[in-house]
Amino acid sequence: MGLARRIIPCLDVDRGRVVKGVNFVGIRDAGDPVEIAMRYNEQGADEITFLDITASHEERDTTVHTVEQIAEHVFIPLTVGGGIRSVGDIRSMLNAGADKVSINTAAIHNPELVRESAQRFGSQCIVVAIDAKRVDDVDGQPRWEIFTHGGRKPTGIDAVQWARKMAELGAGEILLTSMDRDGTKNGFELGVTRAITDAVEIPVIASGGVGNLDHLVQGVIEGGADAVLAASIFHFGEYTVPQAKAYMAEHGIEVRL
Amino acid sequence: MSGVVAVIDYGMGNLHSVASALQHVGADKVLVTHDADEIRRADRVVFPGVGAIRDCMAEIRRLKCDELLAQALTEQHVPVLAICVGLQAMLTRSEENGGVDCLDMIPGEVRYFGNPLQDAAGRRLKVPHMGWNEVRQVTAHPLWQGIDDGARFYFVHSYYVHARERELVAGSVDYGVSIDAALARDNLFAVQFHPEKSADAGLQLLRNFIAWDGAA
Repeated sequence: MGLARRIIPCLDVDRGRVVKGVNFVGIRDAGDPVEIAMRYNEQGADEITFLDITASHEERDTTVHTVEQIAEHVFIPLTVGGGIRSVGDIRSMLNAGADKVSINTAAIHNPELVRESAQRFGSQCIVVAIDAKRVDDVDGQPRWEIFTHGGRKPTGIDAVQWARKMAELGAGEILLTSMDRDGTKNGFELGVTRAITDAVEIPVIASGGVGNLDHLVQGVIEGGADAVLAASIFHFGEYTVPQAKAYMAEHGIEVRL
Repeated sequence: MSGVVAVIDYGMGNLHSVASALQHVGADKVLVTHDADEIRRADRVVFPGVGAIRDCMAEIRRLKCDELLAQALTEQHVPVLAICVGLQAMLTRSEENGGVDCLDMIPGEVRYFGNPLQDAAGRRLKVPHMGWNEVRQVTAHPLWQGIDDGARFYFVHSYYVHARERELVAGSVDYGVSIDAALARDNLFAVQFHPEKSADAGLQLLRNFIAWDGAA
């Protein structure tokens, strides 16, 4: 027995409201991120990830306020991502009560931000998010490239090499989303998950494509992920966090029950 | 009655989660402060910490938080809870940042996990040690009351504590090496994990702390 694999429900939040819909039995206002985070906390989630998809910079104050409220009521780790561009953004999220921040596009434009923020705030709170898409080599060898803008814009950066570089710069964790799978419910892209977990010493969270509990098991056993992140399977009440944990435990995965 | 709980603030990282967890479990009043008078008058003291040790030590010394901590421990004799880097700062020396002298209030070292790190079965372990791990209660202590032996707490750290006086070890966790997860000495209880982020087990520990009279 030892360290448990983590299950992390993810909330996509726009201007202070959870989007993509959440449909818990017994929740009156399904769009309230504080209420939803509390529900996942009660269910035994190991962490919560809060992804701010608010487009306009002016409405970011709402996000800070929401993070403050969640942190007041939820006593498990909270990661905040989306639109983090500067040391100042990181500081304001940490001050609001986030335990970790997830940096995505800003790391591509300015990798030094990862080094600087890891030195200032500690690696433990710097998560680098990688959105990867499969782009095989001409000889058919699997290869994954980083894409931005929701998977529309290629960067030419190799995802595995990038993960290594981010770890060297001081990232404490990688949040890996397969853009081929995100929203498909077909399961994680296990090839890139395995390639990146093998390539770096830091923990890797697998994300994108979870449609059933077998996918969570595959992410850990075949992909080697240290944590699995999912949104819709939990939001719509298809599965609860305890069901997911019990299923993983039945398959020999160590979880916090 | 918990009385006033002072959370020592030396400017490193967010301490609101520690404060709100203490409030959540019923602390009468929580102050996040480095004001000497406020800490001197407090009924309990929490010494937290996140971030890199060199910067933490610099701020602890600059704001004279080391003196306030020593005073709480040996003059005020109030219950003191140290958390994560707060614990590490109390040891003799840390290997982090190329080697940093710490407060030497607890003889011992803060060591790097080593690379590569493996479990007993030879499987590779990631660093930082991040997530929920099982804490073995090595000694009985009022702060373990109502918490199962082996309960999981949330850890996030790349360096681990090894106290020289092994009789101080109150809790232990395995992660390739044996980590001192909790040290206890008189009115001090010091933990590597984050009780404020450890759901029910962590809240119970904080509840125990605000009810503790400081005697082992």
